Amino acid sequence: MTALAPLQAESPRGKGTPSISPRPGGTQTAGNKARRRSKVKRGLEPWLYLAPAFIVLIALLGYPIFQLVNVSLYDYRQAQVSGKAPLRFTGLENYQKLFADPQFWTVLGNTVLFAAACVVLTLLVGSSLAVLATRLRPWVRSTLFVVSLGAWATPAVTGSAVWLFLFDPTLGLVNKTLVSVGLSEFAGHSWTYDKWSGFGLVASEVVWCSFPFVLVTVYAGIQAIPTEVIEAARIDGATMPRIAGSIMLPMLRPIVIVVTIQSIIWNFKIFSQIYIMTNGGGIAGQNLVLNVYGYQQAFAASLYGLGSALGVIMTALLMVITLVYLRILKRTGEAL
Amino acid sequence: MKLARTAAAVALTALALTSCAPPTSNNAASSSDEQTGTVRVWLFSEVNQDPKSAVVKEAVTEFEAAHSGAKIDVQYIPVDSRAERFKAAFNDPSSAPDVAEFGNTDLASYVASGGLADVTADIKDWDEARDLDSKILATTEIDAKNYGVPWFVGVRALYYRTDLLQQLGLEVPKTLADVESVARAVRAANPGMLGISVGGAAQFSAMPYLWANGGSIATKEGDTFVSGLASTESREGVAAYARLIKDDICPAQTCAEFGGNASVQQFIAGKSAMTIGGDFNYKAVAASAVKDKFAVVPVPGKTAASVAPAFAGGNNLGVFNSSTHRTLAADFVKLLASKKYQQKMFDSMGNLPTFSDVQKTVAASNTQVAPFIQTLGAGTNFVPVTETWSTIDAQGVFTGMYQKIVTGKADVNTATAEAADAMNKAFGAK
Repeated sequence: MTALAPLQAESPRGKGTPSISPRPGGTQTAGNKARRRSKVKRGLEPWLYLAPAFIVLIALLGYPIFQLVNVSLYDYRQAQVSGKAPLRFTGLENYQKLFADPQFWTVLGNTVLFAAACVVLTLLVGSSLAVLATRLRPWVRSTLFVVSLGAWATPAVTGSAVWLFLFDPTLGLVNKTLVSVGLSEFAGHSWTYDKWSGFGLVASEVVWCSFPFVLVTVYAGIQAIPTEVIEAARIDGATMPRIAGSIMLPMLRPIVIVVTIQSIIWNFKIFSQIYIMTNGGGIAGQNLVLNVYGYQQAFAASLYGLGSALGVIMTALLMVITLVYLRILKRTGEAL
Repeated sequence: MKLARTAAAVALTALALTSCAPPTSNNAASSSDEQTGTVRVWLFSEVNQDPKSAVVKEAVTEFEAAHSGAKIDVQYIPVDSRAERFKAAFNDPSSAPDVAEFGNTDLASYVASGGLADVTADIKDWDEARDLDSKILATTEIDAKNYGVPWFVGVRALYYRTDLLQQLGLEVPKTLADVESVARAVRAANPGMLGISVGGAAQFSAMPYLWANGGSIATKEGDTFVSGLASTESREGVAAYARLIKDDICPAQTCAEFGGNASVQQFIAGKSAMTIGGDFNYKAVAASAVKDKFAVVPVPGKTAASVAPAFAGGNNLGVFNSSTHRTLAADFVKLLASKKYQQKMFDSMGNLPTFSDVQKTVAASNTQVAPFIQTLGAGTNFVPVTETWSTIDAQGVFTGMYQKIVTGKADVNTATAEAADAMNKAFGAK
């Protein structure tokens, strides 16, 4: 979106008065020529400025996506890559295979539910802590920030391994604690045995390592709200919930929306946590999400074509979600 | 927005026109066969690396002394990331080694990728090859051509706790049914103990049950494989193994996720009365707290005094198709896989030899390997030798079948039918 800003700024000027004024005293034709030249120049100018961004975008985004789509249209396995078997164009066969496979739909459903739960929980935890942070004494607040930034800074792989260790059936601290307070049925309890318990465990790890981003951003947003506005509302007799609902939330909207889109994209793309904590997708693949499923098909099973088709579907889904979001934004007049 | 979209569309079309098909590389056999220079060798790194390095170094010295102008450059690669390493080597032949060690279950997919050279002729001309265990050699064979030389084998047998069985007056299991009843009896008497630690993901522990009952994973019919999992015999074998992963023997809560290693760990930790473990696990068990209280016998078959066919795991040495030192590479493989060096590898690493006569010698002087050699002698079996097996394996079709049964997601008939279906689909995708 930001890339388009110069274009929009240019347009009002482009219609009427030229930015380079004709030389005074010049003949009619010379003036016309100059105007025409400057028009051409003006047509090219924004593109010149945008060129570096476009080149980078095409190299880093356009080309990989093009190859992804391209590969997904072929029967492309290890034998084809290393030149042992002929490359065969199969059109949409990979997609048809996926759509006909009930496992794909289960995995897609898992992914949507899992990501949605993670997004909602992350936002709830992050925002509540952000509100809490504004009311805390500075040193308590600093402690909260340091602690949560520690969680944020932990690499996903390390975090997952540590959580898995905490929830280990026999040696884990969690089960030991639960047993020691009298809940003896947790002795040897496996948290990943049941599908939803497994997803729950991974979701809590995901929330743990991603809420700090929401916390920091929303906290910054709250701090940026001018105190005068809130004071004015208070003088007008607004209650605290009313201030939160009618003043603070609308002012925080852009931030909340950015954070939400980010969370949706991140949580849809979760890989390491599921891969490590459920050992590659759980018992009989019950905890597979799209990304892990894609990895399993593309790299472990060397079905690169099929895996790419999954990648394309994933990309398309995320693009749709993002576009819908931007659309809603535009309609409510809150362009980013 | 519109302009940006048009620009992107134009750029994409331009790209599409310039490079239509996804990239492929050329893995044609190299035409040159240099007699001097460096032969690059990939071997797997081990937890206990030093003894392996020492033996390999000895072989390298001997080889370099016999071949003037030739040098051997050995690199140890981690087993876990082997798939990436090998695929990268196939995709970029210039970075590939000349010789490599690889797991025998990976062979078919490497051959399908065009990565391995046919070494049938080398084996034929090699005196010692006559003594290679034919069942093991068969695991390297595709369409009557051999693509590797078996370097060592790994087989699994039944480990059991002598003290626990004695306490309860139980006899050492003589049939698969005995294994189940003994396991149940031990757990009934010691509720904190697993009767036998086996796992839903421990496919090589499950296979003997399948084969002993007369079942099969798949058989070759014409050009393609056809899954035999849905046959009556296979279903019996699958059900028999799944019965072990129940609350009265090895609760699914604990055991459904176990792979082979995790199962053996339970035995080592003294938490199970029996397990199905490999010869390669022996050292760890013998060094554990249960070291004076265990014994090993071959996994029994359906009838008394029979042995269940074990999965013939193991590693091969092979020559890369892209090697520019074809003869030197094959010579080094023959040296490292020779009787002399297999004996040395056994002495230092405990790797079971692939020559029948060497197997007999080591069994005679090392009683601990006797049950494993006996298992080998009784006849082993293998997974379908086709590149699609690695796809099936990666998708967890075989282990998923057991896990669905033991977690109650599907009954034996449904799970086996689904797995057979998924396998046939993968076999057909060739």
